[in-house]
Amino acid sequence: MGLLDTILGRTKPVKPNLDALFGLPSAAIGLEASLGLNPTGSGSVCVKPTEGGGFAGLREQIDELLKTDNDKYDEIKDSFGFSWITRTGSPEDMSDLVTDLHAVNASLADAGFGPALLCTLVVFRDASNPPIGLVYLYKRGTWYPFAPTGPDRRDNQRELALKAAIGDDLPIEPDLSRWFPVWGAPGL
Amino acid sequence: MATRSGSRFRTDHGLVARMGATLFLIGALYVIVFALLVAKGIAYGPLIVIAAGLLFAQYYFSDKMALYGMGGRIVTPEEAPELHGIVDRLCALADMPKPRVAIADTDIPNAFATGRNPKHAVVCATTGIMRRLDTEELEGVLSHELSHVAHRDVAVMTFASFLGMCAGMITRFAYYSGLFGGFGGDRDDEDNGAPALIVIMLVSMIVYVVSFLLTRTLSRYRELSADRSGAYLTGRPSALAAALQKVTGDMARIPTRDLRSAEAFNAFFFTPALANGFSISTLFSTHPPLEKRLEQLARISVELGQPVA
Repeated sequence: MGLLDTILGRTKPVKPNLDALFGLPSAAIGLEASLGLNPTGSGSVCVKPTEGGGFAGLREQIDELLKTDNDKYDEIKDSFGFSWITRTGSPEDMSDLVTDLHAVNASLADAGFGPALLCTLVVFRDASNPPIGLVYLYKRGTWYPFAPTGPDRRDNQRELALKAAIGDDLPIEPDLSRWFPVWGAPGL
Repeated sequence: MATRSGSRFRTDHGLVARMGATLFLIGALYVIVFALLVAKGIAYGPLIVIAAGLLFAQYYFSDKMALYGMGGRIVTPEEAPELHGIVDRLCALADMPKPRVAIADTDIPNAFATGRNPKHAVVCATTGIMRRLDTEELEGVLSHELSHVAHRDVAVMTFASFLGMCAGMITRFAYYSGLFGGFGGDRDDEDNGAPALIVIMLVSMIVYVVSFLLTRTLSRYRELSADRSGAYLTGRPSALAAALQKVTGDMARIPTRDLRSAEAFNAFFFTPALANGFSISTLFSTHPPLEKRLEQLARISVELGQPVA
């Protein structure tokens, strides 16, 4: 925010950066090789629904779009009032998942709801541990790992191991205070 | 209309212009006063240094002072998961560093944000407001407070109120030196000592009043700005409006004694804590009237409701 914005007391909503989403397939290969984590085929877009007819109208369009696509999509509302649009597909095709998530993101951003996008979440799991999520922050263009172990508990050690494993393929959020938890997110 | 990564956000040019004009007048007052001091060769240097020091301390320790004054306590995510969850999400939406989160154990329904910059900010909600509002309304209130942080309102208001503070000190200084020395007649400039002091006192009083009114006007515009940015951040102006109505209605029903002790902190509050039956002119208030805030939020709601092209 510039000095002029400070003086005049205004903030412009931050626009999302969707580019770093496409680094995910190569990171997935790395995760499987180093930690034995496989994608579950589940990915979600988290958005803050804006009140009024504009957003509701857009949602109908998205619903139509999603319905034609073999009912891969589902939607839940969390306790904070955010919507999670979840896409569940085949675990093998990571680039397909990324393309679908990007389509949802882009249609929301194109309609002017980019500032309302919170994060994208992609879920991975291995044979023995609870599933983990990779969270993409649109406003930062960065990723961070989230490893919940129960209600309101997360495994920081595992998160740091994950960070090391994907650090070469994806831009990692350097500020640890922005690794906010997304408890109860779909797929976790 | 919408382009890739376009936004439904609109700037209120009228509000920006009015705020700009108020700031210009405050700046002009600074120039006039200092030109006067230089022209008359009046050496109030030490006094200005003292005032600047006091105000800087107030600015630098604003977070600690406000927390101490309101009995706020910093809480961890484990202690207050809901409050932290809301702040986490709002900060991610707004791309700002997360401030510390505090809770004040009082039934006055209010919230405030303070701190010298976004990195040293703290947002505090009272147990009273958390009990009364649902999650979306609380989110609206916190987005208003986070907008104060993003706009650096503590810094702006501190700077704007500096001149008024100096003028107030000079008035008092002139008054007391008149009382204890100026009128006594044991000085060399016996003939014009007293009238000069009276002139200084009058001028600084005028400067004080003008600067006070301008600062209050600025404060009201900053509140409207914070409402506006907050409403765009959550996309839910109606939730903020609902919270305002609930809290403002409740504020009037709270016993006077509690409120009197809270009034000193009005500048950073969500809604001002005014004692019962205490009627105050719009000109003097730090916050715009409820109707004006609701009207702006209703306008934003209509804008957001427009169908996607």
